Amino acid sequence: MTDIHEAFATALQLLLQLDPGLLEIVTLSLKISLSAVLLGALTGFPLGAAVALFRFPGRDLVNAGLHAFMGLPPVIAGLVVFLLLSRSGPLGPLGLLYTPAAMVIAQWLLVTPIIAALTCESATEFHRSYDEQLRSLGAGPWRTMTTVLWDGRFNLVSAALAGFGRASAEVGAVLMVGGNIHHLTRVMTTSIALETSKGNLQLALALGIVLMGLSLALNLAVIIVRDRVKQRYA
Amino acid sequence: MRTAKQRVVGALWVLLLTGLITACDEENPPVIRMASTTSLDNSGLLDVLLPRFQQESGIAVRVLAVGSGQAIRIAERGDADLIFVHHPEAEHNFLAGGFGTQRYPVMYNHFVLLGPDTDPAGIRDAPSVEAAFLAIARQRSPFISRGDQSGTHMAERALWKSAGHQPRGGWYREVGSGMGATLQMAVAQSAYTLSDPATWLAFKRPGELEILLGRKAGMRNVYSILPVNPGRHPHVKYKYVMRFIDWLSGDAGQQLVRNFRPRGEQAFSLLPAE
Repeated sequence: MTDIHEAFATALQLLLQLDPGLLEIVTLSLKISLSAVLLGALTGFPLGAAVALFRFPGRDLVNAGLHAFMGLPPVIAGLVVFLLLSRSGPLGPLGLLYTPAAMVIAQWLLVTPIIAALTCESATEFHRSYDEQLRSLGAGPWRTMTTVLWDGRFNLVSAALAGFGRASAEVGAVLMVGGNIHHLTRVMTTSIALETSKGNLQLALALGIVLMGLSLALNLAVIIVRDRVKQRYA
Repeated sequence: MRTAKQRVVGALWVLLLTGLITACDEENPPVIRMASTTSLDNSGLLDVLLPRFQQESGIAVRVLAVGSGQAIRIAERGDADLIFVHHPEAEHNFLAGGFGTQRYPVMYNHFVLLGPDTDPAGIRDAPSVEAAFLAIARQRSPFISRGDQSGTHMAERALWKSAGHQPRGGWYREVGSGMGATLQMAVAQSAYTLSDPATWLAFKRPGELEILLGRKAGMRNVYSILPVNPGRHPHVKYKYVMRFIDWLSGDAGQQLVRNFRPRGEQAFSLLPAE
């Protein structure tokens, strides 16, 4: 138990001192995961809505694919991005391997299926109640899609948060494509893995506590803002 | 509402762009990527060397701390500018394949054979490391192998080979982990294991494991730097790599290595320049 107590003490100490090393990796973690969620939202929202609203060949396959890829092991995502971005890979000349951009791409692969699948669920629900109305107004596919997405925006916030959860908790993919380079690609989860492997279990746990605290704060903030806005509309 | 929405979208774009810019501005100051063994990183030596080198040269060295085997494969793909590893056989293959320009041996130490102080296989006074390995195998005492193609793992495999024994069975545990994690498992299971001395110095906790055998024939552990061949991978920063090698073999670098004494013990001995 003393280990766990001391881990909490260490976590508090790191936070209160605004430890510069900690700030660096926290900032980088947030930048990478939020960028991945943003990209995931830009692709996942339209993708999910399209699967919900339109009948096109291969739709069932895309739908099944979205759900299957929700369970994609992060190491596999990392491996694919690694092979693509390696200097000997097809995108090698970009020189992106072992940079934060590579980590954003890997996390984007992981969060997009979650965001798209949850969007699809929300869009299906709203579409069911509006379908006739939209049709009688003669709304085209683009109009239908934006309406359904906008009306389901509170659900989409939850979808993005779920994506953020997956992105910020993930370690295998970012370790592989980022390389856990100090001052460049070291984030919260890879630091935790490194400190654990070095036997600094208290420090590792302290970092974990900080990560969970951050995640809690971010989710809380988003949920409060969402509910405020929701009330104003109601 | 429209404007609020636009504002949110605008803020998100700014966020995305900062993310991408962070990714792109790494070339100023010049940066080289070194794939290095975990032992060099975990021991703390690189934390001593690299900031000083950056201070004196303006060149930042980013470290990918992986096993020697993986470091070599990363460099073969062109994803690092140099390697700093300890697996001579693989290093010679790396050169023979045209992936590196030259091998610069920098320093050495001796692997240590660790075990619980009760020493169930009685290897403390073994005449050679091979004899110790055979005693462990005969007693079926737990032995933890790195099992990760690292330099230490390859050295351990070579010692088993030279002992003429193929380790097999429940007592021989390949864990596929770095040295630090392997040491922890060895402690937890009161097992024998082979370690580089620098990591052991950095990690040891009193009363857990002991050095039972060291400095025997076949336990010498040489660390070398190999620049990646720019003829093979034109994007590598060969010029900066050579600056690093020159600095490390110069007075400043040599003194830092010589004076690197985690817990008061010399971790690496320098090799004369060839």
